[in-house]
Amino acid sequence: MPTNILMPALSPTMTEGNLAKWLKAEGDTIESGDVIAEIETDKATMEVEAVDDGILGKILVSEGTEGVPVNSPIAILLEEGESVDDIGDTSAAVIPAPSNDDAAVDVSAPVVQSSSDVAQAAGTIIENRDILYAQGKVIEPPPFDEASFFTDTINQTVRDALRDAMAEEMRADDRVYLMGEEVAEYQGAYKISQGLLDEFGARRVIDTPITEHGFAGMAVGSAMNGLKPIIEFMTWNFGMQAIDHIINSAGKTLYMAGGKLGCPIVFRGPNGAASRVGAQHSQCYASWYAHVPGLKVVAPWSAADAKGLLKASIRDPNPIVFLENEMMYGQSFDVPTSEDFEIPIGRAKIERAGADVTIVAYSIMVGKALEAATELAEQGIDAEVINLRTIRPLDRWTILESVKKTNRIVSVEEGWPFAGIGAEIAALCGEHAFDYLDAPVTRVCGADVPMPYAANLEDLALPKPKDIVNAVRKVCYAD
Amino acid sequence: MAASKTKKKPAPKKPSQKASKKTVGKTDKAGLEQLKKFYYDMLMIRRFEEKAGQLYGMGLIGGFCHLYIGQEAVVTGISSVQEPQDTVVTSYRDHAHMLACGMDPKGIMAELTGRIDGYSRGKGGSMHMFSREKNFFGGHGIVGAGTSIGAGLGFAHKYKGDNGVAVAYMGDGASNQGQVAECYNMAALWDLPVLFVIENNQYGMGTSVSRSSAGQLYRRGEGYGIPGEQVDGMDVFAVQKAAEQALGYIRSGSGPYILEVMTYRYRGHSMSDPAKYRSKEEVSTMKTERDPITQVKDMLQKQGIEEAELKQIDKDIKAIVGAAAEFAQVSPEPHVDELWTDILVEVQD
Repeated sequence: MPTNILMPALSPTMTEGNLAKWLKAEGDTIESGDVIAEIETDKATMEVEAVDDGILGKILVSEGTEGVPVNSPIAILLEEGESVDDIGDTSAAVIPAPSNDDAAVDVSAPVVQSSSDVAQAAGTIIENRDILYAQGKVIEPPPFDEASFFTDTINQTVRDALRDAMAEEMRADDRVYLMGEEVAEYQGAYKISQGLLDEFGARRVIDTPITEHGFAGMAVGSAMNGLKPIIEFMTWNFGMQAIDHIINSAGKTLYMAGGKLGCPIVFRGPNGAASRVGAQHSQCYASWYAHVPGLKVVAPWSAADAKGLLKASIRDPNPIVFLENEMMYGQSFDVPTSEDFEIPIGRAKIERAGADVTIVAYSIMVGKALEAATELAEQGIDAEVINLRTIRPLDRWTILESVKKTNRIVSVEEGWPFAGIGAEIAALCGEHAFDYLDAPVTRVCGADVPMPYAANLEDLALPKPKDIVNAVRKVCYAD
Repeated sequence: MAASKTKKKPAPKKPSQKASKKTVGKTDKAGLEQLKKFYYDMLMIRRFEEKAGQLYGMGLIGGFCHLYIGQEAVVTGISSVQEPQDTVVTSYRDHAHMLACGMDPKGIMAELTGRIDGYSRGKGGSMHMFSREKNFFGGHGIVGAGTSIGAGLGFAHKYKGDNGVAVAYMGDGASNQGQVAECYNMAALWDLPVLFVIENNQYGMGTSVSRSSAGQLYRRGEGYGIPGEQVDGMDVFAVQKAAEQALGYIRSGSGPYILEVMTYRYRGHSMSDPAKYRSKEEVSTMKTERDPITQVKDMLQKQGIEEAELKQIDKDIKAIVGAAAEFAQVSPEPHVDELWTDILVEVQD
């Protein structure tokens, strides 16, 4: 049967082109792979190769023709034994891409799908919280009785809580391993992995060379091949070397694989400013990673947070960015002793209930916010302090319920203001609690400068309880 | 500083433009079966890629589409000596690797057209497909990233003790990425079972190897103690032999190995590349004198295989590829709800 040779699209943006030259004449024998013509696209002059064997029966578009639409017939190919007489109607039969748009409009239309684990057909109720979150919905978190775990506690540092979380999960699951710079023999640059090498051996606690990009990528590969890596970045500043693997390899694979291959991995390490270490070692990455669908971003404050959230992160089948804070490592808190203690990701905690104003903070700033709340109480302002715990997926519900009650909100973060977490919280309140607000949403952030080294300047660059008190007094119109 | 640094860089070796002196020599049945299988597997890749190019031309495949035509002997030779537990990862020129892993041409083609029956439900595209069942781990669009992931696949093989080897393909362009050097170091340090395959097709997009790469790529592992070898990638038997030896070395616990396979892509870097950076003579010489499929076809004919039988093989392959192309056009686009699925694995509270 004679077949049409169609004007090809040879770039993602090409809709038409010029037929510059025919390299074969009518009656010529063609083999697949032969260059039959040259066409000019919107970008370049390209050669058109034959896909099928046959005889060039008829040229429909002569050379020199400009503006030939993509997919219009330019020639007719005959099979062996056919002649020009076999050519009938020369109009092209282009197969259009079938679309499911109709099915989306008509709910009753059956949707052709290959397997049963597909998303719900249009019109059904979506219960998947991740989908609802992606769509910007405000979802009430399922109940979590955290207090029940606090009947039996020990007092320990954030450092030890992180270590215990890893040790417990490594005991429970042989697939879990720890890799990073100085995590094994040195016992951790910040002593987070103290004792782990002794207990688990060099197979599961692995010192790396100083090659964050390479070992982060390796860890992703190992996660795809069945392991559950914990990757320690000595600080998140160095993790930036590996940002491509965190976002492009870990964060996007599940989606790009249509759900068929995931990447269970925890990237952890100290985030934010330490003390007097200058610009390259002092910055907060919460906003950077929280921007990325496919990642979960967790930021503990207390030792209980650290333990419960790290255990949940290691158990989670998704890639987790776990942001610790060096200044918190040595601080002690009560931590539940139960090995079942796990704090669900995606849930904020009200650390201090209050009626007059909501203060939202994460990581080290939770402590500053609580200090500010104590001072504010003395001034007659009753502040509610929310510890976000998870940055993405953000617990929108808890924030909004609080602001609906207090009508005022101040967000506190160590990171820069522009496109920061506070900006997201401001947008959230603007979209969902506009009518409840009695004052503008206000942000307390790190100064919008690279971190200075000089002690007095560094002090000015970081939020302090006094800054929070001042911001709260402003939204309460107290001055 | 060593004085020997002044040594002139050797000219990069091109794949030999002389026809292989090797004649099959194997007149036994097993040898003939192998020859036929090579012919079938390589022709399948070529016909698949030609069809993909055609569908791209019809606007049915969008975006970037990187074809493997000319390089068929590389993946065919290497995969012929892999073991079932071995894993494979590559960069964005990945259709052939998927076929060589035994993935279904229909699923691959349907992914190229962005349909629900594609391997990634239409959400990955040409550069992003995976099959845990067939041990294929992508399909990566970031040059060099697949090499680190490949080292990690090898790390997991060793950790699990499953005697598997990770075959990590990269192009000559990727070989200059910093993370490749990082992974050579770690793979050697930890004796990881990884076969690093550099598919040297002479051009990283439009930049020739001589303009991008100092020294010789197969020797880049020397400083780490990784043996390297350059092999003629237009000769599927040469590739097979080198891969067999390399995999044996790796599987014995000796650590990684670098195989630089000298090959050539007939088409541009991607569909929209007119390939003005090389001469037409260079391309046509490779096509007419060094084509890996023609070489095997000649051997088959010398073994007395009739033209009719070869034509039948081609016809059978075309039928499979044609069915894949048809399937890739009738399979529906993903349902609109698919926009929101597969971002995260749902965790039940």
